[in-house]
Amino acid sequence: MRSGFSIPRILLALLICVLVVAPLYMMVAISLKNDEQQVLVDFGNWRAFWVWPWAASLDNYRIVLADKQAPFLRFMFNTVLIVASIVIIGIFVNSACAFALSRLRFAGRGLILALIVALIIIPMEALAIPLLLMTARAGQLETYQAQIVPFIAHPFSIFLFYQFFSKLPKELDEAAFVEGATPFQVYWKIVLPLSLPVIATVAILQSLEYWNAYLWPLMVTRGPATRPVSLALAQFFGTPPYLWGQLMAFSVMMSLPVLILYLLFQRWFIQSVVNSAVKG
Amino acid sequence: MPTLRNRDTTAAAAIMTPALLLIACFIILPFVLAVALSFTDQRLVPNLNAPTGFVGLRNYLRLLGQPEFLQAFGNTFLFALIVTPLQSAMGLGAAILINSRLPARNVFRGIFFLPTVITMVVVSVIWFALYRIDGVFNQLLSLLTAGAAGPVDWLHQPWLALPAIILLSAWQGFPFQMVVYLAGLQQINPELYEAARVDGAKPWDEFWGVTMPGLRNTHIFVLVTTTILAFKLFTQVNMMTQGGPNGATQTVVRYIYEQGFSRGSVGIGAAASVIFFLVVLAISIAQRFVFRSDEEVR
Repeated sequence: MRSGFSIPRILLALLICVLVVAPLYMMVAISLKNDEQQVLVDFGNWRAFWVWPWAASLDNYRIVLADKQAPFLRFMFNTVLIVASIVIIGIFVNSACAFALSRLRFAGRGLILALIVALIIIPMEALAIPLLLMTARAGQLETYQAQIVPFIAHPFSIFLFYQFFSKLPKELDEAAFVEGATPFQVYWKIVLPLSLPVIATVAILQSLEYWNAYLWPLMVTRGPATRPVSLALAQFFGTPPYLWGQLMAFSVMMSLPVLILYLLFQRWFIQSVVNSAVKG
Repeated sequence: MPTLRNRDTTAAAAIMTPALLLIACFIILPFVLAVALSFTDQRLVPNLNAPTGFVGLRNYLRLLGQPEFLQAFGNTFLFALIVTPLQSAMGLGAAILINSRLPARNVFRGIFFLPTVITMVVVSVIWFALYRIDGVFNQLLSLLTAGAAGPVDWLHQPWLALPAIILLSAWQGFPFQMVVYLAGLQQINPELYEAARVDGAKPWDEFWGVTMPGLRNTHIFVLVTTTILAFKLFTQVNMMTQGGPNGATQTVVRYIYEQGFSRGSVGIGAAASVIFFLVVLAISIAQRFVFRSDEEVR
């Protein structure tokens, strides 16, 4: 057990790799076949996972990109705009709140902290219906803000920031206060620049959460104007007949940016999932 | 120092205002509304001829006596009951594998983590193709049984549809449990393993004697988080089976969505939301309880 690598273990690891990658591989293979009939014939055998290099075609990608009824790039833009707005505004709003809770002394601090921790448990799904009613009454259906504003303040992110800030040495801000800095200056110039690890964690976790959003956009969007890309795929998929080549090309194109980000920042991705689990 | 305190209070109020205002509007207000609306016959689209009225416990009584809702709850419980241990075991197995002497473990970890990065809508599309009547799963089935077991319509058989959803959910979700367990494994003192080996423990004894007890808190966290995540089951079901066949894959969240959104019965949807919240709350309180008793033991 201690000498060298065990062969069965390596084989097992390779087998898991195959099971993990095979469905993704099939997605890519089918997306490169421009003959729908051939796709259907290939479905049940190894050729579902294979495309001869000389037969590979980008036609499906071209068709998806050229579809004016369902503008792929617009959907992609919508998703990026929504997720980036939630994450970037959220980082400032949530970290500011956590800063006050962890570094300043004021009446009611413990109460507010307890309230925010308690709110972590409320699942978005339980709030969806009243939130939908509010959005509809405010005439905000079919808007970007309906998909951004309700999700900026995020109790769990506040909690993660709070944990991180509480561990920073007190001398840091005390010295700054002695020199006459205002609390906001301490937050902006001292605490925030030290918080890159927790900012990355919160950013990645929130990005994944809203990249995966499905229920809420399903209720508040109709047309392509503000619809995120995953909903557009769901709609494309939900309107038979199934055009598998195009469906898979759509899937590949929307997954590619996230996959590239993941490959570039792999350790950050995994670390942020771990950080979300290590509770104080 | 009262001056410091005053300065802090003003500053804190200013700094926290955006977050607290948003929380009040988009978490607390909808939450209060959910409770309030659950006692009314509120519609999504207002009907001028039938103004909203207070109906007392009618929505709750209707839900608890309605086979559809109870089936949705039963399915969701069953899903959580199976997917939670399955996914946790898969995650733990993969974590132990990566944590052992494995070459290029970071590469393997990176590959194993891939499904979590793929959004559930895409996963549903891919697996829908795998589950086709002429798809890969049926070919494998007929290969393994030498043609004895005919092709199965995985997503349209009442007894198979939920297991099919469970399988793809575990495939997509297990990397989360894997990386959490990996972190847990790395916190176990290596000396404990050394000591076990000196005592002549076999790998199997090490697993039950050192690894499992050392992961106690990780287990509790993983089980509770996964159970709550499982209770939110919606995307893959709505994509692949629309709750069918015959409600065999209907879930609580999908029921809430259908009632409150598709049918516009906000009152019923709100009551179902409240029940849903109470169940999630109960799971999380159970977690706190177990954590506490754990601390007392020490």
